Amino acid sequence: MLIYWANDEYKITIFGHTYVRFFPDWYYNLLHIPARLAEGMAFHFLFMWFFTLNGILYIIYTLVSGEWRELVPQKKSFKEAFLVLLHDLHIRKMAPPQNKYNAAQRIAYTAIIIMGIGSVITGLAIYKPVQFYYLTWLCGGYHFARIIHFALTLGYVFFFVVHVVQVILAGWNNFRSVISGFEVVDEKPKPIIQATAEDEKAG
Amino acid sequence: MKNQNQLFKLQQKMKKPVRKNKKIKKELTIDQKISRRNFISFTTFGVLGATAFGGWRWLYKAPDETAGITAGARAPLRRALNKTELAFRKVFSNNNLVKTYPKSMAATNVRHNTSIGADSKMDLAAWRLNVTKSTGEKLQFTIDQIKSLPKTELVFSFKCVEGWDQIQYWAGVKFIDFINHFGLQDQTKLGYVGMETPDKAYYVGLDMPSAMHPQTILAYELNEKPLPGRHGPPLRLIIPVKYGIKNLKRIGTISFSNERPKDYWAEQGYDYYSGL
Repeated sequence: MLIYWANDEYKITIFGHTYVRFFPDWYYNLLHIPARLAEGMAFHFLFMWFFTLNGILYIIYTLVSGEWRELVPQKKSFKEAFLVLLHDLHIRKMAPPQNKYNAAQRIAYTAIIIMGIGSVITGLAIYKPVQFYYLTWLCGGYHFARIIHFALTLGYVFFFVVHVVQVILAGWNNFRSVISGFEVVDEKPKPIIQATAEDEKAG
Repeated sequence: MKNQNQLFKLQQKMKKPVRKNKKIKKELTIDQKISRRNFISFTTFGVLGATAFGGWRWLYKAPDETAGITAGARAPLRRALNKTELAFRKVFSNNNLVKTYPKSMAATNVRHNTSIGADSKMDLAAWRLNVTKSTGEKLQFTIDQIKSLPKTELVFSFKCVEGWDQIQYWAGVKFIDFINHFGLQDQTKLGYVGMETPDKAYYVGLDMPSAMHPQTILAYELNEKPLPGRHGPPLRLIIPVKYGIKNLKRIGTISFSNERPKDYWAEQGYDYYSGL
């Protein structure tokens, strides 16, 4: 992120009026961040390797383990995701039935992978635009590729915030299952003989 | 039949575990299994998390490199920058050209960041281009000598490390043409080219393949006019395979060497190569 703090190159301007400047002055003041572009670039060009390797390993793992089946959105996911959203916002009472991940999660967790691939491709396109000219062309040119690369970064921040809030809301047992890989569910044994009204009176 | 039954019983007896000293392992209860697996996974999670955090602290607090040709970056990060350059150098080819644009797309208000090394007052008529060969031999050229060589025009997107890029229209002599015309071919066998402003305030080092790139030019025109005051007259470097920081304004001296020449921004923590 230090890279984007060097020079306010990114802004949203519509009809000549600048609405948002990345980043606004209050943001710099809040975090006490001076412009440290060289430092930011040095970190960036090291961590890009981890980012890419980590992504490749993760994708290989989901493919080999078959976990991808739980992660990739299904036909119904797009419709259901909206219901999940309404449920999570406490507008709707019932959430649609799900397996390991709900429809919104499937979309989010697949989208983040596509975003990651997008970051790597746009990243290469702006890192070596002369050598990887075909990638730069594919991304709509150097300037546009840079904007996509930046927008994706904001996307990660958004994902991260929603993700962490959801983990907190989901509670401890859910977090525990994320780490250990299994969920503990207390299932009360179902009585074989239905209790009748008379039994209850007697009890 | 009776015998057979006895034999069967005997076999059954023999199957029973004979180990008397060893404790027989009890089957774990569900709760025990849960807590065991939790313990293993949380320990792993904790160790990995602590390692990642420790690694980050180590990197963040790592001391700066010993100041030399490059300076101002944390030592491990500088190593990473150099290794990354070596990895990406494999895809570098002088057949890969920077994208060019029609002249009509070129900016008329050409962006300008700094004038370090090119802001001092200078008598342009007295300017000479100095070339120092690796043997120590010194050559001098006038701007007219340079302008007499074939002119190459280049409309391309100039890219700054700060994030901006702008389509600009430059013209001058290809560096490779300059080398060939003045018989400096033997110098291109060396690893690097160094360039410096006349006041020595700004200087860049270029790896030879990038300097030999067919779009590397010694520019004397911007938008079909001699370089205006802020853009490094009378002669500047335009090297599209590098970020703007390498595009030195107002060349005073060009030298050749196998050692990396000093570089203004590499001394302030930037990548020495900054290639595109």
